[in-house]
Amino acid sequence: MAIISPSRWLPFEKPLQEIEEQIKLLEEYTASHGIDRSDKIHEMRVRHNELSHQIFSNLSAWDKTMMARHPNRPYTLDYIKIIFDDFIELHGDRRFGDDAAIVAGVARLDGQTVMVIGHQKGRDVKERQFRNFGSARPEGYRKAMRVMELAEQSGVPVISFIDTPAAEARPEAEERGISEAIASSMALMSRLRTPIYVVVIGEGGSGGAIGIAVGDHVAMLEHSVYSVIPPEGCAAIMDAFGRDGSRGFEAAQALKLTAQDNLRLGIIDEVITEPIGGAHRNLNGTAELIKSSIKAILPGLQTLPVETLLEQRYARFRRIGQFVEEG
Amino acid sequence: MPDMVQPRPPRGNRPTKEHMAGIPAGLWQKCPKCSALLYVKELERNLRVCHNCHHHFRLSIDERITQLTDEGSFSEIDAGMRSLNPLDFPEYEEKLASDRRKTGREEAFLYGDATLDGIPIVFGLANFDFRAGSMGSVVGEKVTRALERGAKLRRPVILVTASGGARMQEGIISLMQMAKTAAACARLKQAGQLYMVIMTDNTTAGVLASFASLGDIIIAEPGATIGFAGPRVIEQNLKIKLPPGTHCAEFQIAHGMIDMVVNRRELRTTVGKLLGYLAPANAEPEATDDVLVAVSQRD
Repeated sequence: MAIISPSRWLPFEKPLQEIEEQIKLLEEYTASHGIDRSDKIHEMRVRHNELSHQIFSNLSAWDKTMMARHPNRPYTLDYIKIIFDDFIELHGDRRFGDDAAIVAGVARLDGQTVMVIGHQKGRDVKERQFRNFGSARPEGYRKAMRVMELAEQSGVPVISFIDTPAAEARPEAEERGISEAIASSMALMSRLRTPIYVVVIGEGGSGGAIGIAVGDHVAMLEHSVYSVIPPEGCAAIMDAFGRDGSRGFEAAQALKLTAQDNLRLGIIDEVITEPIGGAHRNLNGTAELIKSSIKAILPGLQTLPVETLLEQRYARFRRIGQFVEEG
Repeated sequence: MPDMVQPRPPRGNRPTKEHMAGIPAGLWQKCPKCSALLYVKELERNLRVCHNCHHHFRLSIDERITQLTDEGSFSEIDAGMRSLNPLDFPEYEEKLASDRRKTGREEAFLYGDATLDGIPIVFGLANFDFRAGSMGSVVGEKVTRALERGAKLRRPVILVTASGGARMQEGIISLMQMAKTAAACARLKQAGQLYMVIMTDNTTAGVLASFASLGDIIIAEPGATIGFAGPRVIEQNLKIKLPPGTHCAEFQIAHGMIDMVVNRRELRTTVGKLLGYLAPANAEPEATDDVLVAVSQRD
């Protein structure tokens, strides 16, 4: 059980916080006074477990949004370190620069080579700025494209980790064609002649996310979100929420952005259950679950003839949409 | 105290309400950019471009079809396709119903077969007055079908874009239309067919970041707002003040993102020339006819 710093507790985690603090006190007391309180500690651990189950199986769409953005939530590089045996990061788009908001490189997955791309957020103030809060710039998508083309050339699969609030929209990104970069990356992925496995690990934020999320298999972690717009943004621009950004709670509900909703809507293929309490309480456990999913899916994709793989990938996105035809 | 306010007596040449009432409505229109008073018939003759400052008014669907295709050649496909409310989003059905009434169309995008200077094309265009041209299931599907039709019939595809981006009320399904349309662009490219995009005011967000930016040739109308995120959204969200002129056709051409900015009066000639110069190489009339029959039977 990870003890996280007090300022980083989410409102619905508060009951757990109390118990975790008490357990910590009891443990310290045991250590310093030599009085065995393990009965009491055990009792509290059981209570903690029960309460965790209760809380985390009943999270609202808004709670899940908070979980997906939890400051302690593991990021792409955290998972890469555990899932893969080796990772050699590659840099730059050969055109303008290197975007730290997207990482890319060659990795080894239990003896086979894979190409990894993913959004990367930063943990502390300095790193957050360096990573641009996970908001990728055109260079990031172009780096990803370059590396994906290399994957195709080398005949190795692509694993893509999705975790971004949105793509960068500042004038600098506009000048260098953020729209073109996202569009071209999606077009490339739709015809890339090698399997692509995609997993949303935190925030699947709009165009910034889909820009590197066109794949054969799309999974989401249990407490991640995937949406066309952040709920606050949605509430702020829509009459249905009185154009009031503080009504993000309602917008989150309406947007159907949870992993479970996305599975129901046929947007994703799999929900990867997180260890109890969420990924940030058990990085290793979560990484192992993602790895199991990758290893379960890749062999099937790799045995498909390339033309079949491409037809299936095209059809996978082609069928998304609900409408009626009349006349 | 309204009863204290006396109406001012008419004086000199000042137009009174009675005078104003004598002028048939819609005879004159004020240019929103330079405030010039424009005679509507004259404005229409000028393809709705202000004589004074060249401001490009938005064209109606019919005006756009007339402008960019041979007379009477456009035949719409899938006109009856309608949106559902897949997320059960609040107020969505009401908004759809009111925009259907307002525009007389079922959705925010139309496509069909047409010819331009006698060359068969697939032509599609946005209906901006319908949910700001936003892309949900129907727009995504129609754009995809237009691109697929071009690939299948071996015809160039010309799309006129105008969109605020993704259709919020269809949430993640809208986002997926970006991937779907981009994939269809890739297929048209593989089929070796010319794809031209004409960006009109305004082309932004999810549409700009998908099929609109993938044209072999991209032409924009002068002054059209073109950008990834709308200027207002950026200023609100990022708490920054944008320098003037960052999200327009002129900015995009200055940064190499589009091929040309063309005044509407020269647009048809330009598009026609490019089509004539680039498309005949692709034409395979015999194959086209066979597939055409099959397709029209299905339709």
